[in-house]
Amino acid sequence: MIHLIALRELRSLTVMPSTWFVFAVLQFVFAWFFLNALQSFLDFQPQLAQIENAPGVTVILASPMFNMVALLMMMLVPLFTMRLIAEERRNQTIALLLSSPLCSRHIILGKFLGLLIFLIALTAIVPLMLYTLAPGTNLDHGLILGNCIGLLLLTASYVALGLYISALTAQPIIAAIGTIAVLLGLWLADIGTSAPDSFWHQTSPLHHFQNFNSGLLDSSDALFFVLFSGIFLLLAMRRINNNRRYG
Amino acid sequence: MSNTPTEITLSARQLSRRFGSRTVIRNISLELRRGEVLGLLGHNGAGKSTTLQMLTGCLLPDDTETGKGYIEICGINLLHKPMQAKSHIGYLPETPPLYRELNVDDYLIFAARLRGMETNIADALGRAKQRCGLTTVGKKIIGTLSKGYQQRVGIAQAIIHNPDVIVLDEPTVGLDPAQIREVRTLIRELGNSHSVILSTHLLSEVESVCDRVEILHRGTLVFSGTTAELDRHGGEAGRLEENFIRMTEQHETEVQP
Repeated sequence: MIHLIALRELRSLTVMPSTWFVFAVLQFVFAWFFLNALQSFLDFQPQLAQIENAPGVTVILASPMFNMVALLMMMLVPLFTMRLIAEERRNQTIALLLSSPLCSRHIILGKFLGLLIFLIALTAIVPLMLYTLAPGTNLDHGLILGNCIGLLLLTASYVALGLYISALTAQPIIAAIGTIAVLLGLWLADIGTSAPDSFWHQTSPLHHFQNFNSGLLDSSDALFFVLFSGIFLLLAMRRINNNRRYG
Repeated sequence: MSNTPTEITLSARQLSRRFGSRTVIRNISLELRRGEVLGLLGHNGAGKSTTLQMLTGCLLPDDTETGKGYIEICGINLLHKPMQAKSHIGYLPETPPLYRELNVDDYLIFAARLRGMETNIADALGRAKQRCGLTTVGKKIIGTLSKGYQQRVGIAQAIIHNPDVIVLDEPTVGLDPAQIREVRTLIRELGNSHSVILSTHLLSEVESVCDRVEILHRGTLVFSGTTAELDRHGGEAGRLEENFIRMTEQHETEVQP
């Protein structure tokens, strides 16, 4: 049943022209950023050749690219998560789900996975573009893989949060604004705090992404994302159950 | 309307529902048999939709923990085994639950799979479309269809999995007279092989399609019987409308402090 909801979510996304517009714009933005970064690298390559242990092309290109995508996701994910439950409520299609032999777990995980798969497809071009350099240079596969895992976990945490906020309201726009506000708030609290061991660093998904971004796989960061996503998914399931209880 | 009702497909006992401090449903009990069309009649705000939401598992009745209120669908307790019980239900809410961006075929296939159908989906799709007059619009986007066709798609999603109990919340609202007649004929046809419960505030609807009627007023059942009994209620035959209004007014005066 989870796959059924996920496929329906994907189907609805792919038949909407707005999705393809956003998809096309983002591919253009990613490509433009990649070509710009590549041009800068080529310009500075003679100087880099004179430095001992100079950073490689992967560090110079991949890390800023994934960091940019991570920042973009903060704005982008709420635009997709806003409609997940809120629109079902507004259009009253939620009655179809609630009267079907499904439990809240199926609904929430189906929607979560459906959107996550779409977002993976949306961002897949980033590592693919980096791998176009493979025939001409040696790439740091570990760094790219670390970034891909980090970006996946970061996106999953954003989707889980957005899904929960979408479950709280019947107005998609309120859900989008709410999710952006929370994500921006967590990010601003993180970058605005100078103390290295501050609590606010620990609550920010972007802060936990930084280790992945520099190629470091830290299990505590991965655990943070799993917990962050899990908590909001459980809260969203609880909200769906409360829908039956409180109407 | 000549079927002999046999097996009980839906049984609800002592359903109550509060929203905050406001009680909207008070101790409602009802039964539905196979081959029967039951009309839930009442004014706007009488609690018809809330009752149907409870019967379909969209809304939990109060007092479920104490075991006071319970609902059984084909002998399965809806509150204890919701997954099994819900596979026997087809529900059309007041606003048809349509994904407007999908085409009719994709939507109906999704609805069938959602209700647990894994095989013979193509046959079920063809049958549901044929019954609801949707054979020519299978590839059309739902959002581009007229209100009447959207209502038909709503009914088709409720019957595609051949459920034992079909719950229709004001199925003819917003339709033109020709469409109303078509939908009523369809409901009557469905009532021959399934159990149908429909809510309405139209007496003509009850008269033309229902075998039995339950009148709901301010969350309380004030009448339960056949349409003929309602017609004869109070000793005056042929005065369905007057009897309905008198009954609700009588209840109104009883509940007034």
